Amino acid sequence: MNKEMKILIVDDFSTMRRIIKNLLRDLGYTNTQEADDGLTALPILQGGGFDFLVTDWNMPGMQGIDLLKAVRADGNLASLPVLMVTAEQKREQIVEAAEAGVNGYIVKPFTAQTLKEKIDKIFERIEAGS
Amino acid sequence: MAGNAQESIVEEDGSILAHAEEMVRAIKQGDEEQVKSMLEYISLAREGGLYNEVGKMARQLHDAMDTFCQETRIDELAEDAIPDARTRLRHVITLTQSSADRSLTAVENTLPKCDSLSGRIDELGKSWQNFKKREMSVEQFRELSASLETFFVEAEKETGDIRAGLNEIMMAQDFQDLTGQIITRVIELVEEVEGNLVDLVRLTGERLVNPYEKKEKTEKSGVEAEGPQVPGAASKTAVSGQDEVDDLLSSLGF
Repeated sequence: MNKEMKILIVDDFSTMRRIIKNLLRDLGYTNTQEADDGLTALPILQGGGFDFLVTDWNMPGMQGIDLLKAVRADGNLASLPVLMVTAEQKREQIVEAAEAGVNGYIVKPFTAQTLKEKIDKIFERIEAGS
Repeated sequence: MAGNAQESIVEEDGSILAHAEEMVRAIKQGDEEQVKSMLEYISLAREGGLYNEVGKMARQLHDAMDTFCQETRIDELAEDAIPDARTRLRHVITLTQSSADRSLTAVENTLPKCDSLSGRIDELGKSWQNFKKREMSVEQFRELSASLETFFVEAEKETGDIRAGLNEIMMAQDFQDLTGQIITRVIELVEEVEGNLVDLVRLTGERLVNPYEKKEKTEKSGVEAEGPQVPGAASKTAVSGQDEVDDLLSSLGF
């Protein structure tokens, strides 16, 4: 897996963004950028160059699920791997995210190990599929 | 009932006027009995009007309270939302406490490792200085060489432990996101209760002078974000953790 890949972390709480950023750095991914909701994230993504999106669900402005749908609807971003890291944990929400094309789903609070496993799994599947 | 009799007196058009005229006539004639009787009739009629008015007010207030209860979700607030908010706030206490405990435990476990590392570095440093000044026997040099070798191995392990401790402290900060979401929801609830109280004061103070804006009931769709699940107030369809998320996703072909 490419440790140089560019990752966008989207969460409205800066503490959580920092935690995810630090965990990713620990896993060897140092090329990260942050946004605090879907509305700010989408133009950053559309600016290009991102290989992976990690997003929360519940955010003001544009929610993570809508960001996911917007990404899938955008020709240039449609194939961007998306990992949802969220406190939303109702079955219908997980199903909704799956149907919207999420690549992985982590419920908070989570561990560093879980994050690593999900990221590994996402890219294994992508590599197997390509 | 006396009240009913009085109401019927008031409702008879002109009956008070007729009795007043009769009273004037009786005064002129000096018919004291008739004056008293007419006066009594008129004052009873007046009281009757008052009772009637109070009755109307009571009915209006009752209707207004009914409408108020229907149009706001005051019952739901009192029965569900407030107890739910209590549960949520208690959960905030639990989360912040557990985070503080995790952090403090990690600090307590990590600090002695830093102390012991720095102690050994100090010791080795002194020996090294002796070696540089050639104040060291061959035997002492062998000892230094052996302890350096042990130190390298141990230092690697211990800096790893320190790193793990720092990571643990970092992960313990995840409460801020979760408690932030919970408290934001409780603030929204307090605002709603405040709005309802203002409505209630206006209602009882002005007897429904202002028409009520119909409040839209917010139907929650299944996928609407609702923040962290709280023990004791969790949604029926919530999963209990990452394992169930993984099971659900794998059942969907993930």
